Amino acid sequence: MSCVETIQAYAFRSLGFGERLLPRGEYTLCEHFTLIGSGLIWNVYFGALALMTGFFLAVALAVGKSSPNPLWRKPAEWFIFVFRGSPLFIQFFFAYACFLSLKGVSSFFDPFTSAWLGALVVLFCNTAAYSGEIFYGALLSIPKGDIEAADAYGMTGWNRFRRITFPTMLRLAWPAYTNEAIFLFHATTLVFFSGFPAWRQQGDALYYASYFADKTFNPFVPYPILAFYFILLTLVIISLFGFVNRRLNRHLPQERRAKPRLRISLIR
Amino acid sequence: MFSYCTDPSTLEGLSWLSCYLTTGKHVNLYISVFVVLTLLAITAPVALLFGFGAASAARSKFLPLRWFGKGYTSIVRGVPDIAFFLFFVIALDQAFEWMRHKVKCPDWDQPIRQGIDFVVCDAAKLPLSTSPQWVHETYGFFLAVLTFSIVFGAFAANVLYGAMRAVPRAQIETAEAYGMTHRQAFWRILVPQMWVYALPGLSNLWMVLIKSTPLLFLLGVEDIVYWARELGGTKTARFTDYPHPNWHVWYFAALLVFYLCFTKVSEVVLDRIMTRLTKGQATAAGEAQRKAAA
Repeated sequence: MSCVETIQAYAFRSLGFGERLLPRGEYTLCEHFTLIGSGLIWNVYFGALALMTGFFLAVALAVGKSSPNPLWRKPAEWFIFVFRGSPLFIQFFFAYACFLSLKGVSSFFDPFTSAWLGALVVLFCNTAAYSGEIFYGALLSIPKGDIEAADAYGMTGWNRFRRITFPTMLRLAWPAYTNEAIFLFHATTLVFFSGFPAWRQQGDALYYASYFADKTFNPFVPYPILAFYFILLTLVIISLFGFVNRRLNRHLPQERRAKPRLRISLIR
Repeated sequence: MFSYCTDPSTLEGLSWLSCYLTTGKHVNLYISVFVVLTLLAITAPVALLFGFGAASAARSKFLPLRWFGKGYTSIVRGVPDIAFFLFFVIALDQAFEWMRHKVKCPDWDQPIRQGIDFVVCDAAKLPLSTSPQWVHETYGFFLAVLTFSIVFGAFAANVLYGAMRAVPRAQIETAEAYGMTHRQAFWRILVPQMWVYALPGLSNLWMVLIKSTPLLFLLGVEDIVYWARELGGTKTARFTDYPHPNWHVWYFAALLVFYLCFTKVSEVVLDRIMTRLTKGQATAAGEAQRKAAA
């Protein structure tokens, strides 16, 4: 099979389109690249959706955690503590077991036992907790002068939040949030190793990479290809977030703009 | 375990639970907690050592060594760590077998990679196929520890490299003014001072290390995740004295609580250490402490 045919057969294999049987016997480099790249669709799906939905919960959690009212503060604190204090791997296992037993109660929970929704819910809560903590830290470090200036203009409540607090918080948190986004995408590789079944062998990039490594007993080909894809993905995320960062900071003098720095924080 | 456990079918409530939780397999689960703790106890210092070596290499004046140090510390960026875990376990195993193969069977003429097989002579197999079960398990654990140390060493190197750069330049200049050589200044001035700058990063790393221990399961070690999956599954009366439906939820909830407690305790302890270390330091935190006391 030529490489073009391989791409036609397997490019959307992870979504269930094209050839159903995975290649057998000797694997070509082209098959490695195509299948692992096909799996990457799932990583992008989980990462992008969790990030977009998690953002709103994260803002709510940050505001809740900084609220003086314990009725808001306590739940937000606990949510953040539970999801940041335990391994994501265990959260996946636990959620899967939960959804499985809830399935018996009501058929509403049927889709939750498959990865596309169940794992997404876990990643959503997880990223909301991590970003919530980042936003909370940013809320605390908003310059006092900004708030005082808003007070001087007679801004209060929602108006002040929308025009002063929220943009400044976002601007301060953005470099750390970029980091969080990158590691969220990395965390998506855990999904198919943690109980959620890869239905008809439709898995993510790491699922296919480890499939190849298991079959060929040669880790030196699939994992570097996976690394290549993820470095590419990371660069895309950095440039997208860098674009937003420039927009958030456009009113500031050149030298005061914060540059995103990749800081460490690995497995959740 | 207890004397009244001989016939579990007659038991009810708490006494049933006490018998159930002390069966042989549950004892294995409790032992595997110690496997996790052992992993942490070995990995933390080894990773710190790796990190220290790499951080000093990254500061070296010798270019290839600097490249090695920088390359090693940057492997953690951009690529998911669990890919490293899965990669290193196989790669290290094959590297060891390959080296032993070269030493022990020099007259072997067939290629090692035959299509999709990795073939080394019998004497080079690790562990030897004749060795008992515990050797296999220990070897698996050793590989896991080494893998963890390599990956976390890269992270520690990042932290230590930053900490070395955070030590005020004036300190090194003073050392040079006193006529210390590069090496003396490094060991006598830089290394003792860098820890207070490194501690926040290292304590963060410790939390991350704790949270990554369940990945031992992926590396083929029989750890707590393995036993929780094993014990939580549906048990029918035919195979066990303690039949129960699928209890995965409870087992994983217990693991969740275990990890939450573990990270909470670590957090409290690390906060205490940090408070003690910053005492009298010329940093913002030290200054704040001094003001609060006054």
